[in-house]
Amino acid sequence: MEGSTSHDFKANATRELANADLRAALSGSDRTFVAGRARVVANLPEFDALRDAAKAIKDHTLANLDHYLEVWERRAREAGGHVHWAKDTAEARAIVLALCKRAGARAVNKGKSMIAEECGINEMLEANGIRPVETDLGEYIIQIRHETPSHIIAPAIHLTKAQVEKSFRETHTGLDPARDLTEPRALLTEAREILRKKYFEAEVGITGANFLVAETGSSIIVTNEGNGDLSQLLPRIHIVLASLEKVVPTLEDASTILRVLARSATGQEFSTYTTLSTGPRRADDLDGPEEYHVVVLDNGRAAMLGGEFHEMLRCIRCGACMNHCPVYQAVGGHAYGWVYPGPMGAVLTPALIGIEHAAPLPNASTFCGRCEQVCPMRIPLPGMMRKWREREFDKGLTPRPARQGLKLWAAFATRPRLYRFVTGLAMGALARLAGRKGRLRRLPLAGGWTRYREFPAPEGRTFQAMWAEKRGRP
Amino acid sequence: MSGPRVGLFVTCLVDLFRPTVGFAAVKLLEEAGCTAEVPQAQTCCGQPAWNTGDRKTTQAVAKGVIAAFEGYDYVVAPSGSCAGMLRVHYPELFVADESWKARAEALAAKSWELVGFLVDVLKLERVAADYAGIVTYHDSCSGLRELGVKAQPRALLAGIGGLHLRELADAEVCCGFGGTFCVKYPDISDRMVSNKTKSIVDTGADTLLAGDMGCLMNMAGKLQREGAAVRVRHVAEVLAGMADRPAIGEARDGGEGA
Repeated sequence: MEGSTSHDFKANATRELANADLRAALSGSDRTFVAGRARVVANLPEFDALRDAAKAIKDHTLANLDHYLEVWERRAREAGGHVHWAKDTAEARAIVLALCKRAGARAVNKGKSMIAEECGINEMLEANGIRPVETDLGEYIIQIRHETPSHIIAPAIHLTKAQVEKSFRETHTGLDPARDLTEPRALLTEAREILRKKYFEAEVGITGANFLVAETGSSIIVTNEGNGDLSQLLPRIHIVLASLEKVVPTLEDASTILRVLARSATGQEFSTYTTLSTGPRRADDLDGPEEYHVVVLDNGRAAMLGGEFHEMLRCIRCGACMNHCPVYQAVGGHAYGWVYPGPMGAVLTPALIGIEHAAPLPNASTFCGRCEQVCPMRIPLPGMMRKWREREFDKGLTPRPARQGLKLWAAFATRPRLYRFVTGLAMGALARLAGRKGRLRRLPLAGGWTRYREFPAPEGRTFQAMWAEKRGRP
Repeated sequence: MSGPRVGLFVTCLVDLFRPTVGFAAVKLLEEAGCTAEVPQAQTCCGQPAWNTGDRKTTQAVAKGVIAAFEGYDYVVAPSGSCAGMLRVHYPELFVADESWKARAEALAAKSWELVGFLVDVLKLERVAADYAGIVTYHDSCSGLRELGVKAQPRALLAGIGGLHLRELADAEVCCGFGGTFCVKYPDISDRMVSNKTKSIVDTGADTLLAGDMGCLMNMAGKLQREGAAVRVRHVAEVLAGMADRPAIGEARDGGEGA
């Protein structure tokens, strides 16, 4: 898959584990998100009931997705909006480019959008001489560093404040080099001043969408910086990028899901800004774009409907799974090698780019289950990772050593008598090898273990051997 | 009057590496009034195959376990991970095979993790054991999240004379074992277990307890490589008053230490 290094997860992970800045950056952030979520959940006794309600809304919508998309499209058009259907990312890019060209755009304001990342909108715009201006602070930071987001709601979470300060000094060369940027607030203020000027230069504003509302034909975004509003209200044309599972039946439904979204994502009761857009500016509106377009992307999602990975379409992109994932917290988002990291990425990425391009992702989990425990939409993430492993195994993609090891193990595990005999000998030998020390520093074929840990030696005889002697055979 | 007839699912790691835990489990079950039996036709619950995506092999292993244990009132395992496999995953294994599905579901319904079984089913409130020391407790993932084992070990540990429990920061975060994960992704696993051993050492406890041998061997191996003076034991050893033997990976009498 072009642009993806998900197949190289293991090498990516090893590289990222050696990154001290990443470790420092993530060690603070996971506490903030995890503690924040725990606090607001504890404050809301009906949180679990709210999760059930949110799940039920999405289940119902997905079971009637065609209907709600049609209703939404009709209402969006009635409100004066334009709806474009994109079956893949190439179609989405072509639609966006055509709209930008027609508008004579030289600059485009961009609110945060993972669909834009999935489609490679920035690269496409730059290749066509159009300057994308990221208005989300985190997105802006990674843009000036020529990086990709490492988290779906906190794109620059992999960076320390010192790294951001350095990038600002290198990029904002017109400012006083002696200025004080030690406080995070100073970085924010500087970014705001730079960005505010740019808001007025763009002909087109692109945002994502947290919801498409069938009842009203609206799109909704949530932000904490208010940047989305400016990116979509000031330019002449507003383009919304949304994937098709973002539709919900009513505003009431959206509001139910919003209540679990902010709590799960950032530990807020509600995001600071919730912005509804319904069509372009009307005659008596004070502001708003002249044109309102929504590009609805499929890119493999419709094919997930009704299949083994159907439930993944309930995902509302809160990021709770990655905030609570010990693997994500160890390696960071870039190791996952494509747009969506963490547990949700480990399930979604193989569905969108193919298991043959992303096989390590669903394998890189201990199945600890913390992601499923916190998922507001109750998506069985570990169970679906296991389903990917089954697909991988059935297609013969499982690495040879694992297959052969399993075959050998199975030959013993299904023959208890042989198993008892062989394991009895092996454990005795291991215990003798360890001697009185009780553990081994090195062990053939177990280098992955003993590189980092001692190997506790068996006590000597197996339980079954001793039990048979003590109590006889039952 | 005799208590329930319990089949002990020993688990492969206890059978091979730590028989003491198996005897501790038998002692606890018998003292609580059960008849404990250990079918010899058991090997492993099948997780290595199940977590590699090999359903057919898993089914073959699971059929052996189901056949060996269906005659008992209960099946009890000194492991949340293996008990979770029997209780939660066996019924998922046989989607198309109604007869095996029914047998798997029947087995699942009577399968328990040891400490959960003692407290939730046998209503045990106290064990007759002493342990002089400060212990900390790691909540293994499957027991915690698949079976809800959290309060039960703490309830029994609270009644042990001389034992002082000091809670571990991030007690519910995975230790990085994950079965074959720890050898498939050794670098990541190492980071996870290093985070865990740091929390363990920070408690100042002299003993680490948990209910799963995989996690225990992982954490013990890391603590010993780091030279930390923390003894590591399965919780059943302490509950059964059998903590007089060398701890996991610890030198035997007369052997040189780390």
